[in-house]
Amino acid sequence: MNKINIDLTQMQPGETGIVKEIQGGQGFVRKLQSMGVRPEKKITKVSSHFWRGPQTVEVDNIQIAIGFGMARRILVEVKR
Amino acid sequence: MKIEKILLVGNPNVGKSAIFSRLTGAKVIISNYPGTTVEFTQGKLKLGEETALIVDVPGTYTLEPTCKAEDVACRMVKEGGVAINIIDATNLERNLNLTLQLLEKDISVIVALNMWDDTKHRGISIDVKKLEEQLGVPVVSTCGLSGEGIKELIERLPQAKARSLPVSSDTQKWEKIGKIVEEVQKLTHRHHTFLEILEDLSIKPLTGVPIALGIIYCSFWVVRLIGENLIGHIFEPLFTKLWLPLLMKLSAFLVEGSFLHHILIGNFIEGKINFGQSFGLLTTGLYVPIAMVLPYIFSFYLILGFLEDLGYLPRLAVLADNFMHHLGLHGYAIIPFILGLGCKVPGILATRLLEERREKFIATTLMAVGIPCMAQIAMIVGLVGQRGGKFVAIIFFVLFLLLIIKGLALNRVLKGASPEILVEIPPYRMPQIQAVIKKLWMRLSGFLKEALPLVLLGVLFVNILYTLKIIDFFAYIFAPVLTGLWGLPKEAISALMVGFLRKDVAVGMLGPLNLTTKQLVIGSTILAIYFPCIATFVVLMRELGIKDMLKSALIMIIVAVSTGAILNLIL
Repeated sequence: MNKINIDLTQMQPGETGIVKEIQGGQGFVRKLQSMGVRPEKKITKVSSHFWRGPQTVEVDNIQIAIGFGMARRILVEVKR
Repeated sequence: MKIEKILLVGNPNVGKSAIFSRLTGAKVIISNYPGTTVEFTQGKLKLGEETALIVDVPGTYTLEPTCKAEDVACRMVKEGGVAINIIDATNLERNLNLTLQLLEKDISVIVALNMWDDTKHRGISIDVKKLEEQLGVPVVSTCGLSGEGIKELIERLPQAKARSLPVSSDTQKWEKIGKIVEEVQKLTHRHHTFLEILEDLSIKPLTGVPIALGIIYCSFWVVRLIGENLIGHIFEPLFTKLWLPLLMKLSAFLVEGSFLHHILIGNFIEGKINFGQSFGLLTTGLYVPIAMVLPYIFSFYLILGFLEDLGYLPRLAVLADNFMHHLGLHGYAIIPFILGLGCKVPGILATRLLEERREKFIATTLMAVGIPCMAQIAMIVGLVGQRGGKFVAIIFFVLFLLLIIKGLALNRVLKGASPEILVEIPPYRMPQIQAVIKKLWMRLSGFLKEALPLVLLGVLFVNILYTLKIIDFFAYIFAPVLTGLWGLPKEAISALMVGFLRKDVAVGMLGPLNLTTKQLVIGSTILAIYFPCIATFVVLMRELGIKDMLKSALIMIIVAVSTGAILNLIL
C-alpha cells in the first residue's frame, strides 16, 4: 500500500484519508477549519452525488456536504 | 454581582434554541437545521429578585465574521454581558474553538455541555471536572430537550468568569484544543443504531433519492389524509350542524336583501345559505379560513415540524443540490421553498440563509410565482378537485413547469454563477412531541391572527365594491385581458382584486361564477402567479428593496399574462 495524494472528489465512498491541504481564500479555509476540516484530520468520504454533485464527508462524527468545486480544493492523503 | 444581560453563544445545531426556551419559557422556534435564528430572539430570566435580559445569539463557528449571521454574533459579544457558551458534547473538539475565542474576550463565560444524553449511546465519555480545570470557567452538563442540568446552569451563573486570555493564532488554538480533548474525552466503540443506518442510506444518492421521493409522497398523502378527515368529521359538521341554524335565525331577523344581510350573510344560493358561495362575513368569510384552509395548515405544519426536528431537510438540500444549480441556486434554497409551501412569508424570510443577492432574488421571485401556499392549495383542491383530480394535477404541473422555466431563464440572464453548498448535516434526532406541538401551535395561531382578519377584510371589501358598482367599472376596463386573452368572464376581476389581499378567498370567489372546468383551471393558475398577496408583498419589498421588488413584480405580471393566454389556447 502506497500513500498517495488526491483531492476529495477522487476518494471512494467509504475510504478514509488524512487532510493535507486546503487551497483557497482565508475565509474559505477558516470556515472549513471551524467545521472540523483541517490539515492532519482524519476524513471519511460518505458519498458523492452524480454529475459533479456535492460530496458528503464525515469528520469527528459530523457529516458535512461540500460542493464539488470546493471539494476539489481539499487535498487528502490516502493509502491504496 | 448583578447580571443584566445573558448571551447564549454557540455553533449552529447545538440545541441553543432549546436551552433558550428552557431558560425563558418563551415562545421560540426550535429547529434542527442551521441558521433558523439569523434574526436573534430575546427573552427574560428571573434570577431571584432580579430579571436579566437573555439573548439567543445566532449560531456561529467563529468570532471572526465570515457571514452576516456571524457578524451579528460578534457584535453582540462585544456589547458584553455574561456568555453562556453552549457546546455540543458529542462534538467537543470543533466546539471548543469558539470557546477558546470567547475566553480571549473580555466577557464572563460559563460553559453548558449540551446534548449530554447523546454522548452515552455514541460511546463518548467526558470528564466534566477536568474540562472545567482546563478551561478555568464553570462547565455544566445539560440536555436542552429534557431540561436536565438547566437548574444547575442557572445556579452557577454568578460563578461565570472572564479569563481575557492573550490572543493566540488559529494553529495555536487547535493545538491547545487537541491537548484538552485528549485529556478529558474517551471514545469507546459503539454499534450503529437504527437511526444512523438510516442517516447513511438517506444521504447516498442511489438510496437517498428514492427515499426522498418516498418521504415527499408520504408527506403529501398524510397531509391530505389528516386535512380531509378534519374537514369531513370535525369542521364541516361544526359549520352545518351548529353554525348554520344560528345563521338562519340571524338571516330571518335581518331580512334577505337588506344591506346588513348582504354584508353579514351574503346572497342565498338556490334559496339557501351556501358556505362556499354566499360571500357574507359570517358565512364564507369564516368558512374559508377555518373549515377549508385551517385543517390543511394544521396537517402541513405538523408534518413539516416533524421533518424539521428529525433533521431531514438538510439531507433533502444535498440531494436537490444538482437540480437546484440549474435554477441558479444551491440545494439549500429548497428549505425556503418548502417553508413557502406553508406560507410564503416565512418562506421569503428564510431566503436570508442564502448569502448572495443574486441567489436571493432568484429564490424569492421563483417562490412568489411558482410556489402556491397551503391556503391556496387547500382551496384549489377543494374547488377544482370537485371537477376531477386530473385538473388539480394540471394546475400544479403548470406551476412546477413555470418554476423550472423561470429558474432556467433567470440563471441565464442574471450575471454571476450559483454558489456552492457547504453545510453541516445534523444527525437524526427523534423529534420531541412537546417541541413539535409548541411550534405547530405558534404557526397555527400565527395563521389565525394574520390571515383571519385579512380574509374578513377581503370579503367586506368585495361586498362594498359590489354595492358601489365599482367592480362593474373595473370589469369593464379589464375585459379585454380577462375575456379576450384568458377566456374568463369579466366578473372574475373581483377574484383578481381580492387576490391582492388573500389568495384563498380569491380562489373561493371563482366558485359562484359558474365557470367551465377550463376557465376554473385557468383562473386558479393565474391567481397563483399574477401577484403575491399583500403580506408576501410587504416582506418581499423589505427583503429585496424597491428596485428589485419592481423587477420581480414585472416578471410575475408578464408570466401571468402569457401563461393565461397560452393555457387558453391549448387547453
